[in-house]
Amino acid sequence: MPQERRPGEKRWITAIDGALALIGVLVVVQMWLVTATLDTFLAGHRGAALPAAICSTLLFAGCFSLYRFIVRIDRESRGRGE
Amino acid sequence: MSEPEPLWREEFPVETAGESYVSRRQFAKFLVLGSAGMLAGNAWIAAKGATEKGRDLPTLAIARHDEIPVGGVKLFGYPTPDDPCLLVRLSEEEFVAFDQKCTHLSCAVYFDARTREIRCPCHEGRFSALDGRVLAGPPPRPLPRILLERRGPEIVAVGIDMQGGA
Repeated sequence: MPQERRPGEKRWITAIDGALALIGVLVVVQMWLVTATLDTFLAGHRGAALPAAICSTLLFAGCFSLYRFIVRIDRESRGRGE
Repeated sequence: MSEPEPLWREEFPVETAGESYVSRRQFAKFLVLGSAGMLAGNAWIAAKGATEKGRDLPTLAIARHDEIPVGGVKLFGYPTPDDPCLLVRLSEEEFVAFDQKCTHLSCAVYFDARTREIRCPCHEGRFSALDGRVLAGPPPRPLPRILLERRGPEIVAVGIDMQGGA
């Protein structure tokens, strides 16, 4: 039986769900990036490797920032008792 | 009026089915770990590209000019003995050499003298024996071509042309 939500908790859940969805999108983009980079590298084009690594770092930074946002939101919602 | 919660509910607040639930925070952590793994993969590719950039390819004598008949093949290793390649004599004066690893899933390719094609037996990939380009099948890129020079009676490997393909 699903847990009953307190009235203010729905707002926090929506924010967390949105952040999760964004993390999912970033991870999918990163998956494409690593496969495309590997394919290009194996074809002999070595110049794309470093820019791809930089882009992957930025994507990871975005994912990590969103994760930290989720943790903060979760902590705040529990602290307020909503 | 609802019944008061039994005492045991205070000590066991989570249902058995609920123990296997993954919280949103745990799922987000899992995704971020996956992202870190892919970052590590990209970093490894960049590092490998940087370390291979300055590598000079050796010069290697493969065969004598009269060693292989027309339509014949000789296997050799270039740039190291662990990198299998094949040398094909297409005509009296025409020699070509390619990496023997199929660009699909690295199966060993062979030269079919009847069709004058280089074939992969695993998934029916076919490459041109003239330039290594893909003629049919799942291979995504041409075969890397070994650059050859004729030095006196010997056929010598001097480099590799990856042939782009992207």
